[in-house]
Amino acid sequence: MRIKILIRLKSQILEPQGKVIEKSLSNLGLKNLNNIRQGKLIELDIPDKFSKEERDELITSACKKLLVNEIIEEYEVLG
Amino acid sequence: MSFKSAVITFPGSNCDRDALVYLKALTNGEVLNIWHEENSLPNVDLVIVPGGFSFGDYLRSGAMASKSKIINDLINHSKKGGYILGICNGFQILSEIGLLKGALIQNKRLKFLGKNCFIKKRYQSDFNCLINKDQVLKIPVAHNEGNFYCDDSDLKYLHDNELIAFEYCEGKFSNSIANINGSIDNIAGITNKDKNILGMMPHPERAFQNFHSSQDGKLILESLLS
Repeated sequence: MRIKILIRLKSQILEPQGKVIEKSLSNLGLKNLNNIRQGKLIELDIPDKFSKEERDELITSACKKLLVNEIIEEYEVLG
Repeated sequence: MSFKSAVITFPGSNCDRDALVYLKALTNGEVLNIWHEENSLPNVDLVIVPGGFSFGDYLRSGAMASKSKIINDLINHSKKGGYILGICNGFQILSEIGLLKGALIQNKRLKFLGKNCFIKKRYQSDFNCLINKDQVLKIPVAHNEGNFYCDDSDLKYLHDNELIAFEYCEGKFSNSIANINGSIDNIAGITNKDKNILGMMPHPERAFQNFHSSQDGKLILESLLS
């Protein structure tokens, strides 16, 4: 099963790349694209034989141990 | 008594050699270089976690290095009261391990900063005891992710326990600003609660020889040796 994990900086933390992207889009005439924030997406495969509980445990463990720094980031499993 | 020290090298470390030269020049004991895949550290007084781009800074700066084999024994070393100095990427690695509070995020103005900066002591520890209050040190920085962030409760913890070792300040260049990278409270370096671990973004090992533009970096190691 293909899993997608979306990782983003917490909302209270400045994400300066998003600000620059927003300005560049505006310079291209693409207005009204506001509050842009850039995050990262991690995709991975988990064997289909795993139960939902096993899958959740493995993903949570991967996120907490390495993929996400919860001081500055939050994550969401997109399924 | 001789002072033994070691520098850990990760793939992508690029200040390990400078750190070794810094230690060899200023200490009177054995200086060892340890590969990150080693299981244990030798019995030393100080371990430097050097700057660079360990593991290409993939995922986050210092994230991969913080899971290296040697880290378990680095944690043991800290628990025994041994000194650890993390410089630049080393500071990021110590934060990722959780030995220091907070995290280092991208510089506010999105620029890699490679220049001299000015810092002064905020609270006293063994790493800055020879530095006078309000004495301004000129030490270079070279980082893209040096913007220190922590939440309000951790910031209070850092102040209440007097764990902020160094803060950026204005220097003698007319265009020098105190907050070069967006760090909360101008924080340039912090210690852990026991004050045996220091993480700092500026590079003292690039400011001690006569041909360097400053020799102020000596004061940090000399403080530790005093």
